[in-house]
Order: sequence, then C-alpha cells, then structure tokens
Amino acid sequence: MKYRIVVLAKQVPDTRNVGKDAMKADGTVNRAALPAIFNPEDLNALEQALRIKDRFPGSEIIVLTMGPFRAAEIIRESLYRGADRGYLITDRKFAGSDTLATSYAISLAVKKLEPYHFVISGRQAIDGDTAQVGPQTAEKLHLPQVTYAEDILDIEKDSVTIKRRIEMGVEIVKSTLPVAITVHGSAPSCRARLAKLVMKYKHARTITELQEETKDYTDLYSHRPYLQIDEWTVADLNADAEMLGLSGSPTKVKKIENVVLAHKESTRLTADDKDVEWLMQELISRHVIG
Amino acid sequence: MNNIFVYCEVSEEKSISDVSLELLSKGRKLANELGVKLEAIVLGDKIENLEGNLYPYGVDVIHYADDKRLFPFLTLPHSTLLIDLFKKEKPEVVLFGATSIGRDIAPRIASALRCGLTADCTSLEIGDHFENRTQKEYKSLLYQIRPAFGGNIIATIINPDTRPQMATVREGVMKKEIVNPNYKGKLKSIDAKGLLKDEDFIVQIIERHIEKSKVNIKNAGIIVSGGYGVGSRENFKMLYDLAEVLGADVGATRAAVDAGFEDHERQIGQTGVTVRPKLYIACGISGAVQHRAGMDQSAQIISINTDPNAPINFIADYTIIGNVNDIIPKMIKYYKKNSK
Ligand SMILES: Cc1cc2nc3c(=O)[nH]c(=O)nc-3n(C[C@H](O)[C@H](O)[C@H](O)COP(=O)(O)OP(=O)(O)OC[C@H]3O[C@@H](n4cnc5c(N)ncnc54)[C@H](O)[C@@H]3O)c2cc1C
Ligand SMILES: Cc1cc2nc3c(=O)[nH]c(=O)nc-3n(C[C@H](O)[C@H](O)[C@H](O)COP(=O)(O)OP(=O)(O)OC[C@H]3O[C@@H](n4cnc5c(N)ncnc54)[C@H](O)[C@@H]3O)c2cc1C
Repeated sequence: MKYRIVVLAKQVPDTRNVGKDAMKADGTVNRAALPAIFNPEDLNALEQALRIKDRFPGSEIIVLTMGPFRAAEIIRESLYRGADRGYLITDRKFAGSDTLATSYAISLAVKKLEPYHFVISGRQAIDGDTAQVGPQTAEKLHLPQVTYAEDILDIEKDSVTIKRRIEMGVEIVKSTLPVAITVHGSAPSCRARLAKLVMKYKHARTITELQEETKDYTDLYSHRPYLQIDEWTVADLNADAEMLGLSGSPTKVKKIENVVLAHKESTRLTADDKDVEWLMQELISRHVIG
Repeated sequence: MNNIFVYCEVSEEKSISDVSLELLSKGRKLANELGVKLEAIVLGDKIENLEGNLYPYGVDVIHYADDKRLFPFLTLPHSTLLIDLFKKEKPEVVLFGATSIGRDIAPRIASALRCGLTADCTSLEIGDHFENRTQKEYKSLLYQIRPAFGGNIIATIINPDTRPQMATVREGVMKKEIVNPNYKGKLKSIDAKGLLKDEDFIVQIIERHIEKSKVNIKNAGIIVSGGYGVGSRENFKMLYDLAEVLGADVGATRAAVDAGFEDHERQIGQTGVTVRPKLYIACGISGAVQHRAGMDQSAQIISINTDPNAPINFIADYTIIGNVNDIIPKMIKYYKKNSK
C-alpha cells in the first residue's frame, strides 16, 4: 500500500523560551524579538508521517503551511527531513483569521490534494495556543478525528490504530481511513535533517523568494522543477473571501494585556503570612501564575 | 435571550467530572446576571443520581442521553448529539472543560455551527462592546479572557455576531459551589438511538489504561524546584502539591537527586536539563554555578532559603527567607485564597 499524507505545520514565534534577552524594559515580552521556529508539536506530526513513509515506501508526504512569505522555511525544513513537497498558503486576505477562518482555508487546500489518507497536524501551536485548527479542519473535511495521538501503532489497508495520550492514561483507538490526527508533544521527536536532502533542496524557493534573489535560478529550475515551492492564494483555493480574515472570524480580540514578567529589583520577604500572601497576590495580578 | 449550556463530562467513576461542576457553578452566576436559565448536557451510560447531583448547582434543565455507546467518550457520536441539540435550542453560551475531551469536541462543534470558540479561558465576565468600524453597540456579551503566546499575553475575546458564544475552561479555574441543596430542575431525554448512525462509530476504542506520562520539564511554564535544603523525599511531596495547584512541573538540584529525594530525569543544571520557564521557584537551593547554568534564564525567580546570603538570592526577583517546609503550605493556602 502507498499512502498520501498531508501534514499541517505552522511557523510560530518561540514563546516557550522567553529568556531575559527577549524582554522589554517594562518587563513585557518583545514578541518581535522571538525567533520564528517550526511549531514543536508539528515536528512530532511530521515524524509520524515519515514513519508511515518508512513503513510503506512510495508513500507521499505533502506539507501545507499557511502564513507570511517567510513561512516557506517550514516547507524547506520538512523537505530536508523527508517530505516530498509542500505548499505555502499565503495571501493578505488571510490576515486576522481566527481558528474557524484558518481551518476553512486549510481545508480547501487539503481538498486540492485528494485523494489523501491522512491529515496529520500538531495538537497545538505555541502562539495562538488554542488546539482548535486540527479538529475544525477535520470537521470541514468530514473526516473522523483522533486527537492527542502519541503513536501510530498499526496500519492495515484502510484502517489505522493509534495510541492517544489523555489525562487518565492512554487510549488505543482504531479508525477508518481517511482520518485527521493531531499529534501530542509526548510523541517521538522528529528526526534530524538528512545531509543528502539538504543538498538536494537547499535552493528550493517560492516564486516570491525567487523574485528577491539576486542570482538567476531559471536554468537550475528548468532541470530541477521539484525546487519550486508553490504558493496558493485565495484565488487558487477558490475560497469565499467573506469566510476569511476578519470577516470570516466570529471571534474578535477586544483587548490584549502584556504579562509583566520581569521585575527590576529583587524583593526581600519573610516567612510571615502577610508577606507570603502579598507575593501570591502580586504574581496573580501580574498573571505570572493563575 | 437564550440560555447557558454546560457540556458535562462523565468521569471514570461514571459521575460528573469536577471541571463540569465548576462550570455549572460559573454558568449559574452568568445565568443570573443575564436573567436566563442554566442547562446541563450529559451524554453517558447509567449515570447514578444524576438529578440529585446536578440540581443543587442551580441547574434548570438536564438534557440526558443514556446509551452504553456514549461512554467512554467518542468524538463523533457526542458531536452528532450536541450539534442536533444546539440547532434546536440555540444556546446563548456553551461552556466546555479544557480537557482532552472538551478540547477535542468543542472545536468540531464550533466548526459545524460556524460560531466562535475561545480556548482555555481563565476568566469569564459579562460586558458590553461598541464596534467602532460598524458603529454598532452590543449588550451583555461574554468576555472570554485567556492567556496566549505561551502565557506572555492575556487576551479578552468576544463573539459579537455569532451564537452560541463558546469557551473552554481548565479544571480548577472556577470554583465549585452548590447554590441550593433543594434546587429543582427538570430532566429532558435525548433520543440517542434515533439520532446516532452507524457512521458515528467508525472510530472505536480498543483499549484504555492508566499509564504515567514521561517527564518533560523542558517546556514547563512554571517549575517548582527543590534542593538539598528540602530535606527528604517525603518533603518533596509538598513541592508536588504546590506544583499541582500552580499547574507547574517539579525540578531538582543534583544534591537533591544524589540524596535520593528526586529522580535524575528532573535534574536541572549543567549535567541535567536547561529550562527557561516564566517562573522558577527555587526551594532550599544554594545556587551553585552548575545549577544556575540550567535555570538563570528563567523570566522570574523566587528563592526560598534559610540563608539570606545564599548565592541564588542574588539572581532571584523575590527572596523569602525562611524554612521551606513552613513556606510552601502557606503559598498553597494563599494561592487558593486569592486565585478565584
Ligand atoms: C492573543 C490571541 C488569542 C487568540 N485566541 C483565539 C481563540 O480563543 N479562538 C480562536 O478561534 N482564535 C484565536 N486566535 C486566533 C488564532 O491564534 C489563529 O487563528 C491561528 O492562526 C490558529 O490558531 P492556533 O495558533 O491556536 O493554532 P492551533 O489550533 O493551536 O494549531 C493546531 C495545529 O493546527 C495546524 N495549524 C494551525 N495553524 C496553521 C497554519 N497557519 N498553517 C498550517 N498549519 C496550521 C498545526 O498543525 C498546529 O499544530 C487568537 C489570536 C491571538 C493573537
Ligand atoms: C561537574 C559538575 C556538574 C554538576 N552539575 C550539576 C547540575 O547539573 N545540577 C545541579 O543542580 N548541580 C550540579 N552540580 C552540583 C553543584 O555544584 C551543587 O553541589 C548543587 O547544585 C547543590 O545543590 P543544592 O543547592 O540542592 O544543595 P546545597 O548546596 O547543599 O544547598 C542547600 C541550600 O538549602 C538551604 N536550606 C537548608 N535547609 C533549608 C530549609 N529548611 N529551608 C530553606 N532552605 C534551606 C541552605 O541554606 C542551602 O542554601 C555539579 C557539580 C559538578 C562538580
């Protein structure tokens, strides 16, 4: 059997490792200073896809990422690890999309890749932190969903057995194919880049990136068409613009407060009840805890 | 205005989970503020004393589906029943636990109903909104307050135009409160047999068991870390108690690991893991350079130490001078007192 696997991967600011270096003078996080990385659980998702391909040679992995032009990096990173191709979903009209509008756009892109057997995403992105895009994409595609997956245990012709990691322990479930899976961070980590693939794909570019290159790639690309990373816009997806961006998003951000993490001077306290209570109130009011 | 609904999860013991009782308590308060009713949804199998348990939380209606195929939880049959119910009842607000169940099913339903969903709220309030763009005034919306960006910002989210307004809330965030032990509502049954189709069961549960998850303190947002000064493996349990209420993980120094207080996989430092949480609580840790190497990039550090001159105090944002065994229980007590 050969399977077609669509992996959803997002480029995110590295919100986990906010050191003192990414802090502004007022103690809030400078989000722009955070490096852009491959969303951690999406790497776990990619690894699950690669394992299917290991087991069923000839299977195909297609990575979809929606984001600004620089998110093409996610596709290259995936190619270096064994994905076969990828598409960058990018358009100004996507800006301001909440998870409903995001999953609408992503589901249209996945539909263009029919017939597929698996849609594998991370459980949660570390910026929006909602864990909603996976299940919402599944619903839009009318697929069964298996969330919090830790491992794909077995694949038969048109069914898959998956281990889920949930609060009480683990659950083993079996689903028919095609299926949407969201992968938990406790799943095996992603393999490293392969030198051979880095050599093969290091010149892979989107059209927009090519326009910014000073070097002329025309000749190289005519011999190696696989280096072309396609961009899909609203028009390519045949999407209803009303269902995208702000107009397609039922949720609105009314207000954003920055959490004040750093404090300038060290505060000395005693073990007295009133000191300990003051500290807990202080941390709660600054949203450091609670 | 229509009513507030709470999706109630069924626990392993086949009763209603704490997180759902907490949401019913919050739902009752919101319902009072809006002048509407509180309705609970329970999809399960032979739940004991359902009415006696739920009405005291101020529940006006229980929608109950009793079918052995509904426990343990499966996404598709539960979604089918909820979508059908919401299309008929048109709730104003629906609340779910931010658990592996709530976070699995709520987005699927929001997608089907094309309504907004806010994840992992830490607070829910009622408020008005004026939309500048359209010059439109909205009364009594649900303000859904949640952390995002790994806890670095707190956002207030609203859903002005679509209903229901849906949110998930983590366990322990809202307070469980019985409003009146004699409160009485009514039970309405959901026709699961009639509504569920074979295709709702294409995902099957083969096996379930309790299994400890692997330690992963690297990505923890808050770490309660213990050193040799904690004194014993027994005392370390207190650190776990504090970690549990704060949603934190537990770490340790090499001296604590060598003394057998904690396992090596939790060791932080040069020969352990490197962490950068937003809050690091160092309990009975002197702050040797090999330990600091693994934690000095933490955004906030609290040191609890009997020695005012312990080196860790000089990189800490807050220092509490005193015995860790006295201070931790106080932290738990005052966190609980002030967090709700
Ligand atoms: C402060 C703030 C709060 C927000 N709160 C909410 C909210 O409560 N509700 C809401 O609906 N929206 C919310 N949003 C909007 C939301 O962050 C965006 O819609 C975002 O694009 C997707 O959500 P996420 O980052 O939470 O992804 P998640 O749902 O956590 O992502 C899960 C998985 O889906 C896949 N995926 C997600 N996005 C992409 C992508 N762009 N390309 C490829 N794969 C992807 C990945 O595999 C990922 O691991 C909020 C935004 C901000 C700035
Ligand atoms: C090559 C090398 C690698 C190393 N790698 C690591 C590493 O990866 N991680 C690591 O942690 N260490 C490492 N070490 C060990 C390190 O040098 C220190 O020995 C160790 O960190 C000390 O641990 P501690 O702070 O728990 O203990 P101690 O230094 O003994 O400090 C205990 C502290 O607790 C306080 N205290 C005592 N009783 C109480 C009480 N009741 N209440 C409150 N406070 C109390 C004391 O005042 C003291 O400050 C390494 C050492 C070497 C040589």
